[in-house]
Amino acid sequence: MKSRTIKVDYLARVEGEGGIHVKIRGTQVKEVKFTVFEPPRFFEAFLRGRPYSEAPDITARICGICPIAYQMSAVQAMERAFGAHIDGQLRSLRRLLYCGEWIESHVLHIFFLHAPDFLGYEDALRMAKDYGAVVQMALKLKKIGNEIVNLVGGREIHPINVRVGGFYRVPSKKELQSLIEPLEWARDAAIQAVKFCAQLPFPDFERDYEFVALRHDHEYPMNEGRLVSNKGLNIDIAEYEEYFLEEHVSYSTALHSIIKQRGAYFVGPLARFNLNYDKLTSTVKELAKNVGIAKGTNNPFKSIIVRALETLYACEEAIKICKTYEEPISPSIPIEPHMGIGYGCTEAPRGILYHRYRLDERGKIVDAKIVPPTAQNQKSMEQDLREFIPPRVKISQEKLQWQCEQVIRNYDPCISCSVHLVTLECTDE
Amino acid sequence: MAKSKKQRKPKLAVWKFASCDGCQLSLLDCEDELLGVAKHIEIANFAEASRAISKGPYDISLVEGSITTPHDAERIHQVRRQSKILITIGACATAGGIQALRNFKDAKQFVSMVYANPKYIETLNKSTPIADHVFVDFELRGCPINKYHLLEVINAYLNGRKPNIPTYAVCVECKRRFVPCVAVTQAIPCLGPVTQAGCNALCPSYNRGCFGCYGPKETPNTSALSSYLLAQGRSREELVHLFRNFNAYSEAFRKESEAHEK
Repeated sequence: MKSRTIKVDYLARVEGEGGIHVKIRGTQVKEVKFTVFEPPRFFEAFLRGRPYSEAPDITARICGICPIAYQMSAVQAMERAFGAHIDGQLRSLRRLLYCGEWIESHVLHIFFLHAPDFLGYEDALRMAKDYGAVVQMALKLKKIGNEIVNLVGGREIHPINVRVGGFYRVPSKKELQSLIEPLEWARDAAIQAVKFCAQLPFPDFERDYEFVALRHDHEYPMNEGRLVSNKGLNIDIAEYEEYFLEEHVSYSTALHSIIKQRGAYFVGPLARFNLNYDKLTSTVKELAKNVGIAKGTNNPFKSIIVRALETLYACEEAIKICKTYEEPISPSIPIEPHMGIGYGCTEAPRGILYHRYRLDERGKIVDAKIVPPTAQNQKSMEQDLREFIPPRVKISQEKLQWQCEQVIRNYDPCISCSVHLVTLECTDE
Repeated sequence: MAKSKKQRKPKLAVWKFASCDGCQLSLLDCEDELLGVAKHIEIANFAEASRAISKGPYDISLVEGSITTPHDAERIHQVRRQSKILITIGACATAGGIQALRNFKDAKQFVSMVYANPKYIETLNKSTPIADHVFVDFELRGCPINKYHLLEVINAYLNGRKPNIPTYAVCVECKRRFVPCVAVTQAIPCLGPVTQAGCNALCPSYNRGCFGCYGPKETPNTSALSSYLLAQGRSREELVHLFRNFNAYSEAFRKESEAHEK
């Protein structure tokens, strides 16, 4: 029996520091580890004692790629704890901001982190030599996502405008109207992006996943909803910790999440799409039909097509919001802090991001728990590798290693995010 | 990959330590400039963007993140040895970042608050800036950095000149933009008078006080600002939180926050 090891010490084209270790004997995969060695930064610990109002700005610093997701889950949790309801134009503005992050993050992943794998390039700059027009289009599309974030949030990385209760300043009607024309171009570009992604070569690989995503009565999920799965889960986000558990393993500074009694699950664009297809616009549905994934897909490699479809959705949604926007009278609603627990869960580009805060009578944080999407996908990533490798053991070492990397990149892992988790057992009060 | 004999492109490397990845993302956020930059420099080692790594030495190394583990305290010396010019980018690399809040507490306690099996976690008691460990040629501040500053600094070093990065206060930017002072007109606590410019007075222009993303300005008078805020009725605890953010461990902000802790 021949043994071999696949080792990727420093996984490229992901956000943060991680690696892959696989041991194979014959055609059997003996060991799989998705290692995270990103140094821990202890956010949950130093949030303790800070005022509720600082949570959106501090937790944004967990991740430079999806700071808005952190801000959205944090404000939702605080507002829920204090019984404040954000609706009307303020709610729409938050959705618009999220659309910007989805566009910017998805386009980055599709063209700069993921597509080069399918086409056999080391990176997007090398890909640009043969696919110049595609990369140029991607850069422009990404920029429009960032422009939304810039306008509504103040800047693209670690925006400053989101606060518990609303915003510090709301844009004028005219400012939002200036986004419509670029967004109309972006919508057409996103259609091209879907077509581009759909013709990439996809490995034949499907698994029976438990997909978990938010679901909302009237809209494709971003800022709120119930947590549902294709295996019968349907809960309020406040029940999250009753159904999900985190484990600490020796080879990772990130905790691994599981659904109690069932194990691994899958969050992110593929889960959202498969569970919320009926909430997409007719353009997106039509295009999904044309590229053959309208019935959903269990092939994680095809998440690249779904990201492009979601980019299209985000462009259409953003146009709709910009067209119907009226400047609200006040940029925020009053907040009255009191003792309580707040839960927040929103759809980061790469999947659900859960926050829970316990607050004292002055609104100071007593303890905090944050579960980022990448921690939730780690188990699925490892299981994918276990099943992906055996039929392919004959492939050359170099090729197989690259394909294993691709299996991980399917999830758009954000490793920087994944290392700041707290377990319930160790709260010291 | 092509090795041209005519003129070697300068080699750029990007290194990550404890951080959020946002500052290195700034390079990929240069949507209009990225392809142009790549024409003039070889992006030789940038894991977030490419699988391909060409060996050092590198003409310019950009270092993101702070030193928080024994392994990283070693690794930064290897990075220094391979780099002609070493530029640190962002509040983590220049001041220890938000994770330096641990420096004011017992880090061991932090580990057990966050992880079930603390023995798996190797961490130093303090999160420290890169310049505490190796010689740094230039520190580019910000949480996150300003991407145009980044282009300016790279450009300056490639052309052998000094980077043109402001060291004056955010207040100057407010005045230039005709943004009414939020501290004077609305009594909003604002770190603008002691914080280095670079954001173009972003927060005041959005109707909120500066919270110090770019760290202390040159010769900041933090105690005068504190007296002003105390006179306005702000508590010492609020002052501690105000100075203790992303640049908490920078000397000026650290001393000021400690002065109000008791």
